[in-house]
Amino acid sequence: MELNALDQEFMHSGHVGCPGCGAAIAMRFFLKALGDKTIMVLPACCWSVIAGPYPQSTLKIPLIHSAFETGGAVASGVRAALDMKGDRETTVVTWAGDGGTFDIGFQALSGAVERNEDFIYVCYDNEAYMNTGIQRSSSTPYGAWTTTTPGTDWKKLRKKNIVEALVAHRIPYAATANIAFPEDLVRKAQKAKSIKGSRFIHVYASCPTGWRIPSEMSIKIARMAVQTNIFPLYEVEDGLRYTINYKPKEYLVREYFRLQGRFRHLTDKDLDQIQEMVNEDWELLLRKAGEHA
Amino acid sequence: MKRVLEGSHAVAEAVRLAKVQVISAYPITPQTHIVEILSDYCSTGKLKAKFLRVESEHSALAALIGAQSSGVRTFTATSSQGLALMHELLHWSSGARLPIVMAEVNRALGPGWNIWMDQTDSLAQRDTGWIQFYCEDSQEVLDTTLQAYRLAEEVNLPVMVVLDAFFLSHTYEPVDIPDEKDVDRFLPPFAPKFQLDTANPCSFGQLVTPAFYMEMRHDIDRAMDLALVRFGEIEEEYARIFKRRYGAVEAIQCSDADIILLTSGTVTSTCRLVLKALRDRGEKVGILKVKLFRPTPAEQIRGALKSAKKVAVVDRNCSFGAGGIFAQEVRAALCNLPGHPLVYGYIAGIGGRDVTPELLEEIYWKTKNSEVPEKESVWMGLQEVAHGTQRS
Ligand SMILES: Cc1ncc(C[n+]2csc(CCOP(=O)(O)OP(=O)(O)O)c2C)c(N)n1
Ligand code: SF4
Ligand SMILES: [Mg+2]
Repeated sequence: MELNALDQEFMHSGHVGCPGCGAAIAMRFFLKALGDKTIMVLPACCWSVIAGPYPQSTLKIPLIHSAFETGGAVASGVRAALDMKGDRETTVVTWAGDGGTFDIGFQALSGAVERNEDFIYVCYDNEAYMNTGIQRSSSTPYGAWTTTTPGTDWKKLRKKNIVEALVAHRIPYAATANIAFPEDLVRKAQKAKSIKGSRFIHVYASCPTGWRIPSEMSIKIARMAVQTNIFPLYEVEDGLRYTINYKPKEYLVREYFRLQGRFRHLTDKDLDQIQEMVNEDWELLLRKAGEHA
Repeated sequence: MKRVLEGSHAVAEAVRLAKVQVISAYPITPQTHIVEILSDYCSTGKLKAKFLRVESEHSALAALIGAQSSGVRTFTATSSQGLALMHELLHWSSGARLPIVMAEVNRALGPGWNIWMDQTDSLAQRDTGWIQFYCEDSQEVLDTTLQAYRLAEEVNLPVMVVLDAFFLSHTYEPVDIPDEKDVDRFLPPFAPKFQLDTANPCSFGQLVTPAFYMEMRHDIDRAMDLALVRFGEIEEEYARIFKRRYGAVEAIQCSDADIILLTSGTVTSTCRLVLKALRDRGEKVGILKVKLFRPTPAEQIRGALKSAKKVAVVDRNCSFGAGGIFAQEVRAALCNLPGHPLVYGYIAGIGGRDVTPELLEEIYWKTKNSEVPEKESVWMGLQEVAHGTQRS
């Protein structure tokens, strides 16, 4: 029986994540969109813990935990087995953090999407290795404090643009999504589900613990990330056709940064520089989408 | 039906007969012939399997972990660096209790780059929870691979079928290929107790606290014990159908032997010739071929060696600082046996160097003529090297 009505819950009430955890919110919405004919591959990340310890599970779908760097490969194997069993109905989803996607799992992900494996890869992005205690990843943004970029050694390198890296593989579908825009997120998950081949969704998932923000600010900050163009909502079909889903009113990045403990050390001058970087990235995206003035 | 086959092709024939459903592998010399022929079988439909051409050995095994957990029979093959790269997932496969079968072509590890025979790659994985078989010839490779699937699926542990680089992987020999119907009788389709299934959602491999983890690990160890028993039974059944049996160990003229040469892999064949020559000269010598390395057939090793005075272990491997690995295992198996034989360790044939009949004889005489072992393992057949200067 296909259960895809959005009032269905595929997460039990009660999980082991922190209050206000964006990753938990993201999962809840995704599963609503994907339904119960879903098998999930879960490489090491905060979600390895959020899902709960044996003999309990937060999720109502079959779930295979896997080694940190294997999200792309384990899903390829699950898909191959389902194909051999004649099951074309079940959707295979890898659910990985930014570390498991941008860094250690990038090779297996690139390999899987080059083969155009028929699965959805979701990267929930909390911009650091949170499971192990807030260490920097290549997704950690310019300016951020983490436990491995402490004090004056705050990260002075740009965040890797993972969507563009996936787009360069010319996969059928790549998109960004955000927990503060659930309708957009659900639509993209359902769209991804309807497409064959490799699909990639990059979800902004705030992390109160790692970002040094109050838990009730989780959604607000996520929304501001879109409104400031720090995390634009867009989708790319076949590596070519860009659609920007949300045109913000060009809020300044300053407020977004000032609300988060991880950016506390930044000066006005640093923020001006970051504003320029964000403007530059947005211009580039507009050009790719053919919307540049 | 008998055909002249390369060792690598004997593996592929077994994989075809086992009706493997998902294969995932990454090329490395000298394993390449195995994956080439299997690619061919898959593309021509000779084998109805999905072949995943992944981007690394790490992903090859990861993909099989996904596939096997979804309820299908799987296969991979690798060697040396490839196996080393898989290390993390070797632990994962046994921990997840997945009956994956792998052909492992014993090859030296770099640096320097060396593609030739050496057992250190697979023996270095001895604590990963994989059952390991070391084969002597192509027929044994084929038979053992079929048995490996039965055993793996009965005890829920992965199995490595190990064959010597080139000496076995690239050598042609006549091989009897079993009839498909007989194989089907011996090896029924894979029917796992648990699998990823949307009709029965379960969580696999999740977080486990100290309250449960230890029992899970104990279960793996128990499954290894069971494998020892089940392998004997599976071999009996195999022998009834196919008239061939090898044993976890093979004791050759051990009952009256004073000195027993302990071997594994293709060196055993060379040793069989040496045994005959020495016996003809009245020497009381025997051979113990160890085929099953994990689980350790300690009881059978003790049984075969107990009345000998000395055991000479031929190791084509080295655990640096501790000597040959088979020698260590044999010492461990013997140490509580009162009046056990002395164990002489020899390291020979590393990185593809030949282990000739002359060298094996030298090992025999050295053992006979030394009252006690010189050290844990003695390196044999070394060239004179002037350290720190160029060789003259
Ligand atoms: C090979 C390996 N190296 C390191 C780890 C330790 N580890 C587990 S999760 C993790 C960080 C995960 O970061 P990310 O993917 O961003 O997910 P998050 O925890 O932030 O949700 C690390 C470093 C591991 N499990 N495996
Ligand atoms: S550390 Fe962050 S991502 Fe992890 S559970 Fe807590 S809030 Fe969620
Ligand atoms: Mg993270």
